[in-house]
Amino acid sequence: MLIGKVIGTVVATEIYEGMTGVPLLLVQPLAKDGTKKGNAVVCADGTRMAGPGELVYYEGGREAAMTLNPSFVPVDHAIVGIVDGVEAADWKEGAV
Amino acid sequence: MIIGKVIGNLHSTINHPFYDGKKLLMVEKIGTNEKPISGYLVAVDHAGAGIGETVLILDEGTGARQVLESSDGPVRSVIVGIVDEISETKAP
Repeated sequence: MLIGKVIGTVVATEIYEGMTGVPLLLVQPLAKDGTKKGNAVVCADGTRMAGPGELVYYEGGREAAMTLNPSFVPVDHAIVGIVDGVEAADWKEGAV
Repeated sequence: MIIGKVIGNLHSTINHPFYDGKKLLMVEKIGTNEKPISGYLVAVDHAGAGIGETVLILDEGTGARQVLESSDGPVRSVIVGIVDEISETKAP
């Protein structure tokens, strides 16, 4: 899992069966110090509660789809939780 | 499996039900000389590790679910051991 910041939403009306109603969020991956790292990815929201501006942790790969029901869906990144706080020496709060 | 160094804790209350009560740690990937190589990951702790410790991380879903005794948990990275020593034999 990696930490990311939700920077937007994605809406797709015409979508693979089983993915209707699943929130899609634009997530900017963060490095270990809380700065931007790489390009934003589209994540399915497994918590159904995340929103723009929030810090989240997300899973990549086959496991991402397992946050959803049905789980046999074409999803490769999914938010599994909302971060309340990070305690790490390098971490700078609000770097993005 | 990969070797990493625990660099932080991550707290969360709203999460997928699978993660309820699971301890999450930020782990920096390190090389055989214990120096950081690129990247970090957030892993579920199954070894009782703490900040500053060198750990063994399993980064594969099926094995991770087996360790955490779940058939459908959305998990891939899990700390499965605490490393005491790494010794690398130099190639001849």
